[in-house]
Amino acid sequence: MIAPSAYLLLSAILFGIGVAGVVTRKNVLIILMSVELMLNGVNVAFVAAGSYLGDVGGGVFAFMVMTVAAAEAAVGLALLIALFRLKETVDITELKVLKW
Amino acid sequence: MVNGVLDYLWLVPALPLLGVVLNGAIALFAERPLLLKEAGLPLAGGHGAGHGSHDDAHGAASHGSADGHHETPAYRKLVAFIAPAAVGAAFVVALLCVLSLASRPADGRTFVQFLFPWIQAGSLLVPAALQLDPLSSVMALVVTGVGFLIHVYSVGYMSHERAFARYFVYLNLFMFAMLTLVLANNYLLMFVGWEGVGLCSYLLIGFWYEKQSASDAGKKAFVANRIGDFGVLLAMFLVFWTFGSLSYTEVFARVPLLRESGVLTTGLATAITLLLFLGATGKSAQIPLYVWLPDAMEGPTPVSALIHAATMVTAGVYMVARSSALFLLAPDTMMVVAVIGAVTAIFSATIGICQTDIKRVLAYSTVSQLGYMFLACGVGAFTAAIFHLMTHAFFKALLFLGSGSVIHALSGEQDMRKMGGLRKYVPVTFVTMFAATLAIAGIPGLSGFFSKDEILWQTFSSSHGSPILWGIGALAAGITAFYMFRLVFLTFFGESRMDPEVAKHVHESPWTMTVPLTILAVLSVAGGWVGIPAVLGGSNSFEHWLAPVFHPLAAAEAGAHHSTTLEFGLMALSVAIALCGIALAYFLYRVRTGKPEEIASRWPTLYDVVYNKYYIDEFYEWAVIRRIVTFSTGLWQMFDALFIDGIVNGIADLVRGAGDRVRRLQGGVVGGYAFSLLAGAVLLVGYILYRNVVQ
Repeated sequence: MIAPSAYLLLSAILFGIGVAGVVTRKNVLIILMSVELMLNGVNVAFVAAGSYLGDVGGGVFAFMVMTVAAAEAAVGLALLIALFRLKETVDITELKVLKW
Repeated sequence: MVNGVLDYLWLVPALPLLGVVLNGAIALFAERPLLLKEAGLPLAGGHGAGHGSHDDAHGAASHGSADGHHETPAYRKLVAFIAPAAVGAAFVVALLCVLSLASRPADGRTFVQFLFPWIQAGSLLVPAALQLDPLSSVMALVVTGVGFLIHVYSVGYMSHERAFARYFVYLNLFMFAMLTLVLANNYLLMFVGWEGVGLCSYLLIGFWYEKQSASDAGKKAFVANRIGDFGVLLAMFLVFWTFGSLSYTEVFARVPLLRESGVLTTGLATAITLLLFLGATGKSAQIPLYVWLPDAMEGPTPVSALIHAATMVTAGVYMVARSSALFLLAPDTMMVVAVIGAVTAIFSATIGICQTDIKRVLAYSTVSQLGYMFLACGVGAFTAAIFHLMTHAFFKALLFLGSGSVIHALSGEQDMRKMGGLRKYVPVTFVTMFAATLAIAGIPGLSGFFSKDEILWQTFSSSHGSPILWGIGALAAGITAFYMFRLVFLTFFGESRMDPEVAKHVHESPWTMTVPLTILAVLSVAGGWVGIPAVLGGSNSFEHWLAPVFHPLAAAEAGAHHSTTLEFGLMALSVAIALCGIALAYFLYRVRTGKPEEIASRWPTLYDVVYNKYYIDEFYEWAVIRRIVTFSTGLWQMFDALFIDGIVNGIADLVRGAGDRVRRLQGGVVGGYAFSLLAGAVLLVGYILYRNVVQ
């Protein structure tokens, strides 16, 4: 059996890649994908912890996160399309009108 | 009802107040809408009063003009009835009260009527209470009596005035305030009346407020009086601090005790009385605060007669006489009062010589006569001061009303150079005014003679007096006789110098004006007979009447009697000086009419200085007003604009500057937000980890 720390390490790596993507990339689409990656990193930690503790709650929570992520992806993509129609760009640095 | 009619004493001030309320309602609800409509101003929200387009109708020059084409509205008749009736009723009540008081024994003639508790704060207990004693009864009778006559006169004089009701509201309010002043039984209530008459004076001087000079004059009077009122306030604080009370009866009863125990030192008495006298110089137009009174002639003439000659300006004399017990403890103040009075008397008399405006001559004459009253107070002759106050009220009110009658007859002309020969056009006015002139000049047998001579004699003989002060007083009497006869000769005698246009309308005044003139003329002639001194075979009942108020301090001080021969001699001398003044006036203005101009052109500088009132106004402008303006401008620019505004604006700048920097954090770039989110999370997690490791 693989030690739980390995799962948590994988989870941390996935989450870190996601964070790096969100912070550094300019393309909104990539940022959304990075957010998915972060969520899935967390899912790995949930499932691993559930399996390690013999508790189904971890798996249930992972499904919950997936469902929310699916909804979020749908809303996020819809916003993205609306945004692109308006601004003809998906570059996040161009979209900075929301300031004082 | 043990006191009989005296229990109705409160009616004396209350009746004019009732007049204020009734006429005020008429002025507000009947007259004001009418005036606003005439002026074409909207009714609603027009709280700025009806300023603007109906200017000339209010102008002083037009109250004689024949604009009788619109008929008298009914409310004017009502006003013309209510206002004099209220004051007349007050006079009747006051007279009955005084008669009732007189029936008491001489030492029991102080009646205090408690109305209601007014101020109760710690040890300060000030009731609203009235006091009728010989002094306040003289004042109350003069105020209501002369006031009633002037109210009646006003009905005729102001008949062409648009703001008829407003005028009578102010006039009745003045009567209320003045009666509060003289009937109050404590300094604070007196001060309420004191301020009240000041307010009414301001309102009535500026009655034709559309005229710049009138509103300026009102302001000047108000400001000059403020300086004096400041003194009265401080004096009241000192009185309360020393005596623990403000009511006359208590304060004066405690004087001997505190004097013995050493609490009431001469220095303290001097401070109190000097501050009171500062108030008196403001209200009664003495040097250095006299400058407002001549300008106050911008008001309607009956107002000048009532407020600025007969009653209000004598309030200072009344207050000094009322506080005589304190003044007698302060010899330094007495000297100051006497010297200021004497100097004012002669100083303003000399200004009166050169004035050409008939009312201004009378104004300076008033200042001069008030100086006499203070001279009398200063030498301890309080009875003589009040006596002169009363006779002066009669003949000076008459002179003003007579001049008003002349002005009315001449459609508003006030310049004596444009009068002359009016004797045959306005006979009643001439005869009555001539009687008053004889009285003020001190012709034996008339009221002014007895009171003025009493003052001069006391000035000479009293322990406070001196022959120098007597000399100044006698000289001022001669000058008074001169300028008064100059006025009469220029106005009523000689060739007519009227504008032909004006001459067509010359008419004797209606009965509402001539009847008060006649009554006042009788009083001017006979009013002095109540105080004929013993040396002339009289009983001087006036002095006996006032004796309980000033006795025993004043009587003892003033009682240093010299020989009868000396008194007769001085009397003859002062009469001779007055006759010289009259003769000189006759010579200059009847016999050699070209002479005055010749004299003026021979000493142009002297004439110029006197004609311009010694440039006192200009001097004050330079020495006081401009200093204050400079100082205030400095304060405004240095302190207010730099310091105060600096603090306020500095705080605002600080906050805005900080905001300017902080706002850059909100750049609108989502990546930035995400990064700060991450940084925050890392810091938080790092902190928790660190804490776990350390513990």
